[in-house]
Amino acid sequence: MQTLNFQQLLRYQDQLIDGTLHTLLLTLVAALIGTAIGVAGAAAVRGGPRPVRWAIRGYVELIRNTPSLIQLFVVFFVLPGFGLRMGAFEAAAIALGLYFGAYCTEIVRAGLDAIPGSQVEAGQCLGLTRWQVFRHVVLPPALRSVYPAFTSQFVLLLLGTSLASQISAEELFHTGGFIETRTYRSFEVYAVICGIYFALVMIFKLLFAAVGHLAFRWPVRR
Amino acid sequence: MRSFSLADFLSLLSALQWTGVLVLIALAFGAPLALGLALMRTSARRALRWTATAFLQLVQGVPLLGLLMFFYFGMPVFLGVEMPPLVAVGIAMTVYTASFLGEIWRGGIEAVKHEQWEAAACLGLSTWHQFRYVIAPQAFRMALPPTVGFLVQLIKGTSLASIVGFVELARAGQLVSAATFQPLLVYSIVAAIYFAACLPLTLWARSLEARLNGAR
Repeated sequence: MQTLNFQQLLRYQDQLIDGTLHTLLLTLVAALIGTAIGVAGAAAVRGGPRPVRWAIRGYVELIRNTPSLIQLFVVFFVLPGFGLRMGAFEAAAIALGLYFGAYCTEIVRAGLDAIPGSQVEAGQCLGLTRWQVFRHVVLPPALRSVYPAFTSQFVLLLLGTSLASQISAEELFHTGGFIETRTYRSFEVYAVICGIYFALVMIFKLLFAAVGHLAFRWPVRR
Repeated sequence: MRSFSLADFLSLLSALQWTGVLVLIALAFGAPLALGLALMRTSARRALRWTATAFLQLVQGVPLLGLLMFFYFGMPVFLGVEMPPLVAVGIAMTVYTASFLGEIWRGGIEAVKHEQWEAAACLGLSTWHQFRYVIAPQAFRMALPPTVGFLVQLIKGTSLASIVGFVELARAGQLVSAATFQPLLVYSIVAAIYFAACLPLTLWARSLEARLNGAR
């Protein structure tokens, strides 16, 4: 049995912190891109012209039925073909944004579908403007029903950013590979990396639970 | 350097069977564990519930890639011997499957009303028989669509085995791409093969779900 040695990793503290920050940055950028796609995609699927609806459906199915790893490779190799010279980090942000966008489209669509049409009609009967109906009748319950799915998808995205290391984007997992080649302490390195991911996930889960608790306090009526 | 040929395409297709092997291993070992976890999570005993919850939080709190590396490099540490990649990958995929299926099946069990347990107990069934003959058949119906949905997740997840050098579809794609210098073409084909394998399952899961909602 080989003895564990975590001592050597202490020297790489700065790299680990840097990698963690890059993982957070990658997650947030991909989440922003994906959320924008998701909101636009859900709106288009519900109200857009037929070709647009089909295109969005195709995009969602394509992303959901292929591995994220392969999507990263395809985006990484496709971008130069469009004359876009990009670093691995930017390519990863785009690929993961497209990935998150597909799931987000489904989540937002389901959230909007969950609101009965009669509620919108009731709002119109009260003389509310279109914006007021959206703001006060549609949005609050939609946000509430979307929130659990969205936040757990966000956590999956955070974990999924580790794949970006495979196109050599510099995030936490990539940092792990770097430290591994310096120290040959493979197991220790990845145990620590897993620990950092776990801590991040726990922080986000607690944060989401707290925000959800504060934001959605009104009672559910069934 | 050579160009992409039919032989390359066939080698990709034949690598798909190793993806299948990984899926089968993960299901064969992961499903019984998942059932155990689901029962622990719905158990009346707090200690069992907490143990299962801690395991789930831990596994679902790290990337699958991290899980793979942990077992791949951990084998020599735990057992003192080198293991072929298949063993490490198999263990990681099993743990991953157990945690996700366990949660899905827990949801199925909890979706069955508690009165059903009580009614079965009134009939004099033992706790196991209550589960086996009254709860499980109803829970199965509820849990089947998301279980099929998880299969898609699992097939996609096996692509990560490529990273520790296990030759399945994704790894075969990397090898062919390196030999032909046509990464975009090769990875598009690999994506198409995954898509062809996953889409039927996705559609099946959706129709199951529609049928389930119709029955209620």
